[in-house]
Amino acid sequence: MTRTIHLSLDINGRRHELDVEPRVTLLDALREELALTGTKKGCDQGQCGACTCHVDGKRVLSCLTLAAQVEGRQITTIEGIAAENGDLHPVQAAFIENDAFQCGYCTPGQIMSAVACIREGHAGSDEEIREYMSGNLCRCGAYNSIVAAVREAAEAVR
Amino acid sequence: MRDFSYFRASSVDEARNAVLQAGGALLAGGTTLLDLAKCGVAEPATVVDITHLSGLGEINVDASSAVIGALARMGDVADHTQIRAAFPAVAESLSLAASAQLRNMATIGGNLLQRTRCPYFRDPATFPACNKRNPGSGCPAIGGVTRNHAVLGTSDACIATYPGDLAVALVAFDAFVDLGSRKVSVDDFFLLPGDTPDRETVLGRGEMIVGIGIPASAAARNSTYLKVRDRQSYEFAAASAAVGVELEADGKTVRDIRVALGGVATKPWRARAVEQALIGKALDVETVERASGLAMEGAVSHGGNRYKIELAPRVVARAILKMAQNVGGLA
Ligand SMILES: Cc1cc2nc3c(=O)[nH]c(=O)nc-3n(C[C@H](O)[C@H](O)[C@H](O)COP(=O)(O)OP(=O)(O)OC[C@H]3O[C@@H](n4cnc5c(N)ncnc54)[C@H](O)[C@@H]3O)c2cc1C
Ligand code: FES
Ligand code: FES
Repeated sequence: MTRTIHLSLDINGRRHELDVEPRVTLLDALREELALTGTKKGCDQGQCGACTCHVDGKRVLSCLTLAAQVEGRQITTIEGIAAENGDLHPVQAAFIENDAFQCGYCTPGQIMSAVACIREGHAGSDEEIREYMSGNLCRCGAYNSIVAAVREAAEAVR
Repeated sequence: MRDFSYFRASSVDEARNAVLQAGGALLAGGTTLLDLAKCGVAEPATVVDITHLSGLGEINVDASSAVIGALARMGDVADHTQIRAAFPAVAESLSLAASAQLRNMATIGGNLLQRTRCPYFRDPATFPACNKRNPGSGCPAIGGVTRNHAVLGTSDACIATYPGDLAVALVAFDAFVDLGSRKVSVDDFFLLPGDTPDRETVLGRGEMIVGIGIPASAAARNSTYLKVRDRQSYEFAAASAAVGVELEADGKTVRDIRVALGGVATKPWRARAVEQALIGKALDVETVERASGLAMEGAVSHGGNRYKIELAPRVVARAILKMAQNVGGLA
């Protein structure tokens, strides 16, 4: 028999109520319970960055975060960064403009990571972008275009 | 991952008591605990969330020391202006560790208690034997693939490397772990594997790390953390060195020097023989290289990790020479 716990999560500015087992990660809660499948599962062990979301504005890995742990925090996923009117976030636009993906699987994580990277002030040079984006792996090897997109978006935001 | 019950602690005492119940494990950043739960290595019955406790995340630096709360995030300590100024090796050991996401999650207390990345330890389904997991069951790493295993501090029971970076910088500068009711030097906090590799630290059941303290010193102020690894970022150390240097007023002679090694030993490794060989000396390339060789006194290779015995002294020498140059003391 499984015991579930009731959680109330603040995701992309909306309150979501759910009943889950305590072991359910934020990643699984988003994908399996709330149909927010933009956040991807790559390794499920903190090694690839595909599951990157923001908690209280900081980038974290949702695969190593319990859903229960982030009650009372503000969670932002890839579904929550475009403007209300549907205009893309400057980082989303820069990824399209620079063709910064091939299969696209790592892309939501890359974009969430890049938004935070720019906000942290860690996108000052290509070298710095590579270092501070190193937690997001891309099996297709689109790294050069990803760096270009982050650089362009950082300039646009500035 | 086996299911567990979840308990959100609202005070340190509540957290300690909850852990004393059978199978309770503290949850800080969760980047070690949940990872190991998914591997089947950790099987907590109850997860005790301490991330909602207030007052344990502070970072205070004054002229005599730095005091850092157990729940301070790796990223916040790495970016802290006064830590970067007074303890650059500590800040660098953190900013060169893991990834930006993991550094936003992981805490200082959890960081010290991260477990080895030994692939045999991390895979109980394929390798049921492991003296760390099941005392007395054997060590599949000995005679196995040992590229990332330790060359220092090993025993016949275990050759697993302590993987963390922060603790290496801490052990160099005589930092201590604050357990609330007692303080223990970082050097004494970590245990050698010996016959009991399942016991990694002196932390008792129901004890909790509340913070760490690092005494300020001239050597800590002029310090660096050099990390060499298989890829440039987001990788554990193949070999690393925390080094701090203080010179006499003559600007040449070493008054104080600190050297600690990571990625090569079963615990954060203070290389006192290197320090002793250099105190009172002027730092020229030959002297430094000869002394750095002493870091490998007692090193044992298990085959695949042989390269570390050659690599580590070079990393030490490079870090010392960099700090000598930094204070204009390179002869
Ligand atoms: C992909 C990846 C790459 C990494 N690369 C590096 C690297 O290059 N260098 C490096 O140094 N580290 C690296 N790490 C390890 C990472 O730094 C640790 O997982 C992290 O610091 C652990 O902190 P936490 O707060 O998440 O701990 P948790 O997972 O929450 O806790 C770890 C352990 O400590 C216990 N615990 C937590 N807090 C306390 C406390 N206050 N008192 C007593 N017990 C406590 C928990 O019960 C648990 O057993 C990496 C991790 C991953 C997943
Ligand atoms: S799925 Fe979370 S880091 Fe890979
Ligand atoms: S675009 Fe395919 S993994 Fe990055």
